[in-house]
Amino acid sequence: MSLLTIRNLSVTFATASGPFRAVDGVDMTIAPGEVVGIVGESGSGKSVAMLGLMGLLPDSATVTADVISFEGRDMLKMSNRERRKIIGKDIAMIFQEPIASLNPCFTAGYQIGEALKTHLGLDKKAARRRTIELLSQVGIPEPERRMTAYPHQLSGGMSQRVMIAMAIACEPKLLIADEPTTALDVTIQAQILDLLLDLQRERGMAMILITHDMGVIAETAERVVVQYAGQQVERQSVANLFETPRHPYTSALLAAMPERARGGRLPTIPGVVPGQGDRPTACLFNPRCPKADERCRTVVPPRQPAELGEALCHYPVGADPRPPEAIPPGFGPLSRQPLEGGARASTIAPEVPGDAR
Amino acid sequence: MFKFLLSRVAVLIPTFIGVSIVAFAFIRLLPGDPVQMLAGERVVSPERHAEIMHALGYDQPIIMQYLDYIWRLLHGDFGTSIVTKRGVIGEFFKLFPATLELSFCAIIFAVALGVPAGVFAAVKRGSWFDQTVMGAALVGYSMPIFWWGLLLIILFSGTWHLTPVSGRIDLLYFFPKGTGFMIYDAAVSGQKGALRSALSHLILPAIVLGTIPLAVIARQTRSAMLEVLGEDYVRTAKAKGLSRFRVVGIHALRNALIPVVTTIGLQVGVMMAGAILTETIFSWPGIGKWMVDSVFKRDYPVVQGGLLLIAMVIMFVNLVVDLLYGVINPRVRVR
Repeated sequence: MSLLTIRNLSVTFATASGPFRAVDGVDMTIAPGEVVGIVGESGSGKSVAMLGLMGLLPDSATVTADVISFEGRDMLKMSNRERRKIIGKDIAMIFQEPIASLNPCFTAGYQIGEALKTHLGLDKKAARRRTIELLSQVGIPEPERRMTAYPHQLSGGMSQRVMIAMAIACEPKLLIADEPTTALDVTIQAQILDLLLDLQRERGMAMILITHDMGVIAETAERVVVQYAGQQVERQSVANLFETPRHPYTSALLAAMPERARGGRLPTIPGVVPGQGDRPTACLFNPRCPKADERCRTVVPPRQPAELGEALCHYPVGADPRPPEAIPPGFGPLSRQPLEGGARASTIAPEVPGDAR
Repeated sequence: MFKFLLSRVAVLIPTFIGVSIVAFAFIRLLPGDPVQMLAGERVVSPERHAEIMHALGYDQPIIMQYLDYIWRLLHGDFGTSIVTKRGVIGEFFKLFPATLELSFCAIIFAVALGVPAGVFAAVKRGSWFDQTVMGAALVGYSMPIFWWGLLLIILFSGTWHLTPVSGRIDLLYFFPKGTGFMIYDAAVSGQKGALRSALSHLILPAIVLGTIPLAVIARQTRSAMLEVLGEDYVRTAKAKGLSRFRVVGIHALRNALIPVVTTIGLQVGVMMAGAILTETIFSWPGIGKWMVDSVFKRDYPVVQGGLLLIAMVIMFVNLVVDLLYGVINPRVRVR
């Protein structure tokens, strides 16, 4: 039985200029102990989808879904009180900005102990013992002393370790890591990622890793979901995805990886993820897609079968039914020319902290 | 810690000198002098007037008077009232408990209502509750104290006969060895109905004095909460599966209180000014009324000494707030 099943999850924000659909029909099935990556540029709704699942979005957001079930329990029908018994206990989440994510008024120890007291009903003494244990598990030296530290006395990496300790405190079955390394120094990033994977393996805990970094996905995940403008444009195993990406967007993301770049200039994807005002018709990727033709602009693309990466595309890469001369030029693997006319380039640049909301 | 205290005290010295100059100069700017005021409608001959002024030392150049005053202050002598011939400091400590009791109750009233109102308004932002609270806060903040006081007296005392019009307690009750804190005295006296009488005298003045602080605290709490509720750590608290009460009441409020406590401290100064009006309206025998009376009588030593002592109280309260700030905000804690 799957651990988590999501069908057709959508999130709509009420904004001053009308409703904005940030997440559009997301599906997801996670098996126990599995690591799934969600990848995409800033603004593709990766974080919003998971925050919606956790019920952490502001009141201006409306979350709808056909199915959200965790261990066979229907989370849509649960009261808030029942949901809170799962959230933070069986499903835990860590965030992009570890320092801002810890409450500045309480010690690290208090904030970890709070989760233990709430969900496991531990008394003060037992919570303290367990907190020390957790802190040493996440690689914090001198846990007794660090327990009494306030967040402003901790570095970014330390704060993320505390956040991880807090998240794993109640032995969750699923950990959602929302860009856990983005705000950290490069040297710390690898440490935190290793720590997460070690903990995941030791505990057999499932993990959803949200990232914009294809490299991180390659190292960690078994399956990957590529998200673009709130839609899942491709779903594949990691091995297949890196070998034969099916959606032109995935293909472009891979081409933009420094490790894969040949030649001098790193390829980029021209343009930016569409927002509320500039949402294209039919295929949402068509304005940035070198292969797009009239059909892409007028007909909503179908979901391709599993062997084509469940790509949301009329013309999946490597299975384009058009005769070669009909395919618009400039693709294959991706244009490497410098951008013309000052078009805005968006490499898969690091996300600006805080924009995930 | 000790260093911090020392630096705070060092700041007090110039403030103190400033207050003393202002208090000393302003009362002398008013037309008339203590002798004329004491004489009232009786005629005092110019010779007799000059004689008394000389005896009081008020014929000296003003700068000499000031230096003389400071010299005595440094020796702990706050002077003696021209009218009552009683020591200013003794008078102050006799009347101060009344003001303290009133102010304390007013601030309790303001905090007890203002903080929850602000929190709920922020949580239910844009709701009818939010709009009602913020509208009422604006009205409360804009309302002249004396008018509001008179309005409540007319309603509660005049029309409904629920509360007495003035004073601290019914004349029936008397506590010869009282502490000056009427509620406490009445409670420990064991006299039947004394506490009830003291409370019914206190409630209207406390509400009147607490109205402006209430409005300010409610607004400040709301805006601080709104800011804090959008913070990442509030999201973390929710992600932990904590109850709504813990998320809002512990994680968010604890942070929102930091600016609110500062506001509360500043409101104590505002209340001292408000006490002057409130005590006059309700004939509350505190230092506010004492100050007003002595200004009317041009009782120079009382005005000067009283203002200095009030300034000291306000400075002391602000010092306490600064220390409290370190307690509630670990980031500025002094080690």
